[in-house]
Amino acid sequence: MRLFFAALVGGLFGTGLMVSGMTDTEKVRGFLDVFGAWDPTLMFVMAGAIGPMAIAWWWAETHTPLLAERFPDRATPDISRPLVLGSALFGIGWGLAGLCPGPALAVLGFGGPGVWIFGIAMVLGMWIAPRVRGRLDAPA
Amino acid sequence: MQTDWIWGLMGGGLIGLAGAVFLLVNGRIMGASGLLGGLIDGSGRSNALERIAFLAGLIGVPIGIVLLSGWRPDPHVTSNIAALVAGGLAVGIGTRIANGCTSGHGVCGISRLSLRGIVATLVFITSGIASVAIFRHVLGVI
Repeated sequence: MRLFFAALVGGLFGTGLMVSGMTDTEKVRGFLDVFGAWDPTLMFVMAGAIGPMAIAWWWAETHTPLLAERFPDRATPDISRPLVLGSALFGIGWGLAGLCPGPALAVLGFGGPGVWIFGIAMVLGMWIAPRVRGRLDAPA
Repeated sequence: MQTDWIWGLMGGGLIGLAGAVFLLVNGRIMGASGLLGGLIDGSGRSNALERIAFLAGLIGVPIGIVLLSGWRPDPHVTSNIAALVAGGLAVGIGTRIANGCTSGHGVCGISRLSLRGIVATLVFITSGIASVAIFRHVLGVI
């Protein structure tokens, strides 16, 4: 059952990305292009997504998950060096290609060879990341 | 287009619903980079099947929509191969170091009022804006 719901969630997520226009790299870069023809759509997508999620977190405070023991713990609230540097690096790539992990996967089947080039590079990056992180965590 | 924001809000609602189901049923946070990345670096071996099922839905259902409806939204992916390779590497390394991307930190983190999620989102939107400004308006490569 957990596997069925995981697949359902992936499918809903992919459908939402398509419907919202977030699989279109021009709309994503348009949002980031505040010095050009700014496209506010991504703000509405975030607002639409945060609504149901906020209700889910509220519900989670007094309940347990249907098919799991417990809800995920809060991460330590540290604003760590990896969090900030990693997010900064992610933003550079996001602006450059107009793709983040979710949309890249959602259009993998029909987006053309460029998506595969991006996807392979992204997977390679994810494979290298633990080594990079090890260096960041080391005392300076 | 003038109706883009309505589609954005509706599609966003579906994304939020997906995240809500994953949290309330499976007890997990819906973060695309974490679910994929855990399979790549081996850290998610204990629940690999759940991750694979999520990815199968995320990749497969859009293919099904394209095949059944004939609606095939163009992702307008750049033909600049260097930008795709550099962008992919930066997204892959960056999201794993930061422990999250737009879905994990942005959607799930902000809605939990997580300080880490809010800071990460502000940082990647700011550096994304800088990236587009430099690569589009200064260098003209995208």
